[in-house]
Amino acid sequence: MRYLPKSPAERQEMLAAIGAKSMDELFSSIPERFRLRDALKIPGPYSEAEVIQYFKDRAAENSLGYTSFLGAGVYNHLRSVVTDAIIQRGEFLTSYTPYQAEISQGTLQAIFEFQTLMSQLTGQEVANASMYDGSTAMTEAVLMAERLTGRQRVLVARSVHPEYREVLKTYAKNSGLQVEEIPFAANGTVDQQKLKGALKEDVAAIVVQSPNFFGVIEPHAPLAESAHASGAMFVVAITEGVSLGLLRPPSEADIVAMEGQSFGLPPSYGGPFAGVIASRDKFVRQMPGRLAGQTTDSEGRRGFVLTLATREQHIRREKATSNICTNQALCALAATVHLTLLGKEGLREMAEQNLSKAHFALSELLKIPGVRRTFDAPFFNEFTIELPRSVKIVNSQLSREKIIGPFALGTPYPELTKHALVCVTETTPRAEVERFAGALKRALEQPV
Amino acid sequence: MAYPKTYRYTKDHEWIDVKGDLATIGITDHAQHELGDVVFVELPKPGTKIEAGKSFGTVESVKAVSEIYAPAAGEVLEANGELHNTPEKINSDPHGAAWLIKVRLANPAAVNSLMDAAAYEAYIAEKGKETSA
Repeated sequence: MRYLPKSPAERQEMLAAIGAKSMDELFSSIPERFRLRDALKIPGPYSEAEVIQYFKDRAAENSLGYTSFLGAGVYNHLRSVVTDAIIQRGEFLTSYTPYQAEISQGTLQAIFEFQTLMSQLTGQEVANASMYDGSTAMTEAVLMAERLTGRQRVLVARSVHPEYREVLKTYAKNSGLQVEEIPFAANGTVDQQKLKGALKEDVAAIVVQSPNFFGVIEPHAPLAESAHASGAMFVVAITEGVSLGLLRPPSEADIVAMEGQSFGLPPSYGGPFAGVIASRDKFVRQMPGRLAGQTTDSEGRRGFVLTLATREQHIRREKATSNICTNQALCALAATVHLTLLGKEGLREMAEQNLSKAHFALSELLKIPGVRRTFDAPFFNEFTIELPRSVKIVNSQLSREKIIGPFALGTPYPELTKHALVCVTETTPRAEVERFAGALKRALEQPV
Repeated sequence: MAYPKTYRYTKDHEWIDVKGDLATIGITDHAQHELGDVVFVELPKPGTKIEAGKSFGTVESVKAVSEIYAPAAGEVLEANGELHNTPEKINSDPHGAAWLIKVRLANPAAVNSLMDAAAYEAYIAEKGKETSA
């Protein structure tokens, strides 16, 4: 089959074959007001040279030469050229979904190894072949808890990534799922008293993120205990996977949802990313998506197959476990290659560098008059500070010094206007942290 | 495999064995053969109300996940827990050891409208011809 545009004659032929007189008749079931009457507003056509120039211009808009202190769900980490070299091999780059095990052993084995790495990192028994991203993985984790408990109320910490909560609310809107948000305490962790107050016998899941959106590490054990005491599932979301190089894995969780971007995927224009969902073996049949499984062939040799796909939408239609019908195979492969190159020690060392550089940055920034630390709970590579003036104005001044400033918390958290979320990873040299502190000091000294 | 003469059968390939107002329900040999190797079953908890013609569980094989439909209305008394660890029994003994649920029927007489063994065998023979045609 060739993927070429159809000629008007071919369109007429196809319309005749299905018994429609015109395109208008074919689309007659779509209400008039939703139909596109004008041509699509797209530029072009361009010649090859013009297309290349267009992309060169766009590439020049990239923040080359800037140092970033922006994290908030997407993190800048070192990546090896080996990762790109491997994922760009045609066998991986162009291969289709590995439904046919006989011709897909390489892809299936890579997915199987990804699952193994993810379950080891998250302290869970089983991880699937990947989800779209962290936000959809977290939402699917909640829906999974809903199926497992038969309950429809979910308690989500406000310290969970605001965009993750938006995605959850979008899914919940027409599904009968009630989402309730739990405030954060003065130290930046979820308010456990408020959480316990809201926790009734009708709660399907408690959802927290750790390190949470403020960079603060949530205490898993007491939260899991509260959830389990009322028959609810304990769901942990992770946006910064590198934290697992140092922090104890959330093994108390019933379901873990993670963003895999930190593992070998660059922070490029919002994606593509790879979501991770991991859980206990006994819940595997309520897990969305698919798994690669290890098996033996008729001659006893090791082989891999796609499994649980029998519960996906293209087979079970409206009875499917979830509406996800694919996975992020290439991004998952990048994560697998990246983590395999790093190894256990490498990941730990990377995590240690994040921790110590972020703590160094905090101590440097606290030397600036008027800068205060917002929350005092332990943090990994992100922390929140309060500035004596608007974060957005400060950031515009920082950008003149080629610094991408911290995330302004005021938009998602109106009570945190003037508070900024600073991210420091292993990619940030000490001298750049000092330059940032100097630039911030100058920005704050400028007359308003 | 023979189809027990005392059972009744549905067009969706379930069997029901009625004794008074109690009944045992399973899937037929034809159904297990069509499904292939069964790897998992999902069954309702005791106390669940089932409705005639409505799905009460699923059977998962290496090829597909299929709904199991209730041949008659009633309340589940017991689900066959053995199948959780040995779902392959559905392939080896579908009319016996691999029963799925035991129920108390709301209206035992309603079962009489289902096919008997001879009618069911004729039904699957006819279906076989359609497929091969």
